[in-house]
Amino acid sequence: MPTLNTQPNFGQPGTPCLNAYTPGDDFYEMLIDSHRGLSDAQSRLVNARLILLLANHVGDLGVLRQALDAARAGVADADADADAPATVGAAA
Amino acid sequence: MLSTYTYPRFATRRAADLDAHQAGRTARHPVVVVGAGPVGLATAIDLAQQGQPVVLLDDDDTVSVGSRGLCYAKRTLEVLDRLGCGAPVVAKGVTWNVGRTFFGEREVFHFNLLPEAGHERPGMVNLQQYYLEQYLVERAQALPNLDLRWKTQVTQVTPQTDGVLLALNTADGPYPLQADWLVAADGARSPIRRQLGLDIEGQVFQDRFLIADVVMKAEPGLAGVPADGGQPGDGPDAPLRGRARLGQERWFWFDPPFHRHQSVLLHREADNVWRIDFQLGWDADPEAEKQPERVIPRIQAMLGADAEFTLEWVSVYTFQCRRMARFRHGRVLFAGDAAHQVSPFGARGANSGIQDADNLAWKLKLVLQGLAPETLLDSYSDERVTAADENLLNSTRSTDFITPKSAVSRDFRNAVLTLASEHAFARALVNSGRLSVPTHLVGSALNTADLPADSFAGPLQPGSPLADAPVASASGQPSWLLRHTGNRFQLLLFVESPAAIDAATRTALARLADPGGQPPAMPVHTLLVAKRGSGAVPPGCTLVVDSEGLAARRCDARTGTAYLLRPDQHVAGRWRKLDTAAVQAAVARASGRAQAQPAALPPLATAQPV
Repeated sequence: MPTLNTQPNFGQPGTPCLNAYTPGDDFYEMLIDSHRGLSDAQSRLVNARLILLLANHVGDLGVLRQALDAARAGVADADADADAPATVGAAA
Repeated sequence: MLSTYTYPRFATRRAADLDAHQAGRTARHPVVVVGAGPVGLATAIDLAQQGQPVVLLDDDDTVSVGSRGLCYAKRTLEVLDRLGCGAPVVAKGVTWNVGRTFFGEREVFHFNLLPEAGHERPGMVNLQQYYLEQYLVERAQALPNLDLRWKTQVTQVTPQTDGVLLALNTADGPYPLQADWLVAADGARSPIRRQLGLDIEGQVFQDRFLIADVVMKAEPGLAGVPADGGQPGDGPDAPLRGRARLGQERWFWFDPPFHRHQSVLLHREADNVWRIDFQLGWDADPEAEKQPERVIPRIQAMLGADAEFTLEWVSVYTFQCRRMARFRHGRVLFAGDAAHQVSPFGARGANSGIQDADNLAWKLKLVLQGLAPETLLDSYSDERVTAADENLLNSTRSTDFITPKSAVSRDFRNAVLTLASEHAFARALVNSGRLSVPTHLVGSALNTADLPADSFAGPLQPGSPLADAPVASASGQPSWLLRHTGNRFQLLLFVESPAAIDAATRTALARLADPGGQPPAMPVHTLLVAKRGSGAVPPGCTLVVDSEGLAARRCDARTGTAYLLRPDQHVAGRWRKLDTAAVQAAVARASGRAQAQPAALPPLATAQPV
């Protein structure tokens, strides 16, 4: 069964980089830029659309289940601590 | 404050040019550098030690007040070695290679700036800027053709077609001075840039940071953290452990327990001084935050209420990321902060400025000596604009990660941090600063491209700075490859041994060293990089033995491979088989004497392929 790849995987085939961090930083900048000029509600919509697009691209339900589990693993139930921020350590 | 360092006061002398002025003459100098900070000093030293007389002006008579610039990267140390100042910087400073990033109390990422052995210099050395400037001044004062004038203020700059007219003011009176070329290394506020009405464009970041330099009475620990013997090499899941490894590393926290919702950066400096950098947020009051009654509790929260320390220097700063459109304006050349400014995350300010000097000095010398056209100095702008953009890109990305500008940006940042302790891909996205590395000038018009038939593996390309490697000198002494290069055009020829060099190659090397012609072509000295030292070294060549084979490996060289180096140790061209005509053509291209070709540099935001 295919497993979720959580090793660094950003890049373009055939173009190695001098600094290993560069392709990941390239992606992160594209990601943040894609939200420029949006309200928080619009950003949530863009994120949801993005997840759906990427999930369809992955396709394999086993891999998607692993990704959903990994994403959820670090976030406590809302009932457990109603006052906690949605993500750990969210800055004010 | 400032208990560990006594500021020197440099002697000012009445300038002979002032007497000349009063006798009705205006002195003329080939090159004047304004600003005796690290960049101006490096530029002037480089020119002077390459035989070019230079005047260096500064409006003060001492070194940098406050520690300011702190981290000097491997490539900068190599440039300082070439300038004769590397050894005292490394000896006095704190060497480090490893940086650790924490989220709350957990380590989420670490990096090693120099994961392989076989380099003379480490990834980074921390040293207060005043020490660096002091060592540079000492070197400058030992150079007879470097005329360093303190307490000399530039009050007016008037560009002319063949030079620049400067109006200067001193305690002894004002005088004018004529320069063929002016290097403006007069800092971020650059009075010369302002006076010439030149723009520097970019963005101001809406955040404030507090720098506290503190002198520790004992090795510091962290509040509430037991000294339980954590070691370098602990996995990323290791909890934050304090005293055992605090010191020879860069430590960065997102949202630490002692400074909630902000970031903190810790560096060790010389003299047991520690630099702590607290993010404050845009709304902080810079004057109030500088007061000891505000600063001391922040430090106690971090180090423990019983920590014994004194404040050495405190500053609240903001920063901008911006650069001039080009760094050459006629006979005025801008370098360092005068030309470009970056965020401090990544140590790309002073490092890039010293690399500006490294790039500029040899070109200016060739132009002044009539060995290159003025247009060679446009390549200074092209190459260093490319480097500035790489530095701006990386430091801006770090800043955007450290200081998210929207709710969604903060969500992604925190998502990365919460995934990072478990997932390698997320660790690679944690960005608390991408530390200064030299720009590989792969798109420069000065490069000669590899022949299609000559394939090379590895990161080095035309435009790259040469990688260091351990070698043995001709007398068998352990040495380093970079120590045998620089300050002139040089051919690295990889050979079995001097004895194995055939007659035709000897003739070719002699011709490169003394090419003749009218006007004379540029001489090219050859450094033989041999597997064995046996045999007589041909006249005009020097020899090193590639004792561990690392020079050849890092250059992907085989017997017969030749690398042409510029005076700044960057690769200008390379060949699998020596061809004197090709080498001479590459020297001509690298000194700006080739047929004009568009100075097309690669797009700024893309990774450089290797």
